[in-house]
Amino acid sequence: MPVRALGWLAVLGLVAGIVAAFGYAPREVVQGNVQRIMYLHVPAVLTAYLAFALVFIGSVGYLLTRRAGWDRLALAAAEPGVIFTGITIASGSIWGKPTWGTWWTWDARLTSTAVLFLVYVGYLLLRGMIDEPDRRARAAAVVGILGTANIPIVHFSVKWWRALHQPATILGPEPSPIAAPIALTLFVNWLAFTLLFLYLLAKRTEIARLEERHAE
Amino acid sequence: MRRAWIVVWKDVLSERRSKESLNALVFFSLLLLFVFQFALGPERAKVETALPGLLWLGFLLAGLLAFGRTFLVERENDCWEGLILAPGDKSAIYLGKLVGNVLLMAVVEAVLVLLFALFFSLDFTSVLPGLVLVLALGTLGLAAVGTLFGAITAQLRARELLFPVLLLPAAVPVLLASVSATQTVLLGEPLAQAAPWLKLLGAADLVYLVVGVLTFEFVLEA
Amino acid sequence: MIATGPDAVREQTPPLPASDLVVEATHLRKRFGLTCALEEVSLSLEAGCGLTLLGPNGTGKTTLLRILATLLRPTSGSLRIAGLDALKEPAAVRGAIDMVGHGTWIYEDLTAIENLRFWSVMGGHDAARARLRAALESVELDTVAERRARTFSAGMKRRLALARVLLGRGRLLLLDEPFTGLDRAGRKWLGEFLMSFKARGAFVVATHSFDAGLGVADRVAILAGGRLALDRPATELGHDDLHRLYDDLALGPGVAS
Repeated sequence: MPVRALGWLAVLGLVAGIVAAFGYAPREVVQGNVQRIMYLHVPAVLTAYLAFALVFIGSVGYLLTRRAGWDRLALAAAEPGVIFTGITIASGSIWGKPTWGTWWTWDARLTSTAVLFLVYVGYLLLRGMIDEPDRRARAAAVVGILGTANIPIVHFSVKWWRALHQPATILGPEPSPIAAPIALTLFVNWLAFTLLFLYLLAKRTEIARLEERHAE
Repeated sequence: MRRAWIVVWKDVLSERRSKESLNALVFFSLLLLFVFQFALGPERAKVETALPGLLWLGFLLAGLLAFGRTFLVERENDCWEGLILAPGDKSAIYLGKLVGNVLLMAVVEAVLVLLFALFFSLDFTSVLPGLVLVLALGTLGLAAVGTLFGAITAQLRARELLFPVLLLPAAVPVLLASVSATQTVLLGEPLAQAAPWLKLLGAADLVYLVVGVLTFEFVLEA
Repeated sequence: MIATGPDAVREQTPPLPASDLVVEATHLRKRFGLTCALEEVSLSLEAGCGLTLLGPNGTGKTTLLRILATLLRPTSGSLRIAGLDALKEPAAVRGAIDMVGHGTWIYEDLTAIENLRFWSVMGGHDAARARLRAALESVELDTVAERRARTFSAGMKRRLALARVLLGRGRLLLLDEPFTGLDRAGRKWLGEFLMSFKARGAFVVATHSFDAGLGVADRVAILAGGRLALDRPATELGHDDLHRLYDDLALGPGVAS
């Protein structure tokens, strides 16, 4: 079964990623080992963006075709997307604690990601409140489309807002040129996360299809 | 766009006759003033520094109430189906409702600004043009999303809960931009200083309007 | 009374594809979650025909009516109205449909004539004051044209809704329990209105009121348990036979919801 193979590949990738993150990647001079959490944080946020891009595509697809498959795509992408966003925020917070001394600062990217989290949790709440499939799909699609369209606007508004108060804190990979081991580790982890996401997406789509069939 | 105007006409007429929303919202603004003062303590300086934020907090809270009720009159009078069956482009209804909401918020905002000026002895006259511009851009953004989400949640059981949950995260950029721009304006600085924020607001408003106009027909179905 | 309405109100039927068959519904099914509200309902309606849909409350009359009005999408089945596929192109078809349902589409804070103006513009029709007044005259509401709809009785509100229908160009009129709250004179009046509407198109009246429904029908259908148990021209069956059938099918054991 291709889905199961995907699952195993994801596990493989994650193991490779962890090994690389702890064994292969260099220890960062200033921040120490905690910086390794970047190999969790950055791939998570990239995967989250992939997820929400798929939510957008699924939403538009449903509105244009009214085929349930698109709505399933949107739902199946949104749930893991929210999880990965949560991981991003949590890892960002954990990363920040030793570096800044607090669990939370209104750092630009952290804040943007938090807003993203809120938008898509709202999306899932909305879905939970509507029983009728067509109405649910339509309402969710509109909210999903607006949510995605809002992402760049949120990004800029938060970034400028922070710029007023503090110079941008660096919570990301070092400025280029990025050393090869770091880049490679990032890549491996990003690949692993994407595989994991695709596996979750496929599984969730299956479940959604079964749920629909059960309702018939 | 004759149909958009007839929607505005209908809502303005209804509101003028029933005076439901307007009275309550204006009174709500007055209450907010007291609440803000009590929450911040007796020092006037605190209120002055927080003023841009307080203004927009007030607008946002009033907006939550106002936009959530956008289609209340349709719901109560059972006219929702009539709008669905109306032929032609549904976005005319969206625009009509949007204009209605903006007008409502304009009154509420004017009242709130006036109340602030009165209660805290503030003088806004010198900064009025800039202030009006920021208020207009920000309110348009809030109303564009609020009207759309108001329609989505109109037929739901949990609309009072879900509407703020959906609107608030979506309103974050408008809020940030509006507060920052308002701060610049109230400090008496030249409008050009706030230009990036105003441009962002303008862009955001455009995006929200386009999404609203394009997707409204999918919202206004049974 | 309102046999054909003043010429100022009468309008040409819209340039929809010429098709004598106004409604053609096939194998409609509607499920809400696990409950099946409609099961294999097929019916057809020609222009100039009035169909009465009989059935006790809860059998799915409103659901069927709403599907015919394109307000609800059936779970499966097909629907053609005036020659167009109503499920694929609901927007194109809606111009031909008018509905007087449980909600009368009346804004209570607006006057009668303001309500008509609103719905006329929304429907893309001419909203000249003279025309609106003429419509109000046809339904005998011209005396209260400037009164707010809030003060109207149920019968008056229904008449206002029908004035709205007069101003439109609908060919298919769907009425859900239109006789409720009407006195004898009101029912007579409504019957005459429906008779005259047949010149324009067709109508479907859904009601549980047996006598009133039968009075206006060319065809009678009985909806029981989500299925069409009967669909015959009204003249085929005698009044008492029909009554007996209705009692058996609709109110019999195991069928009523």
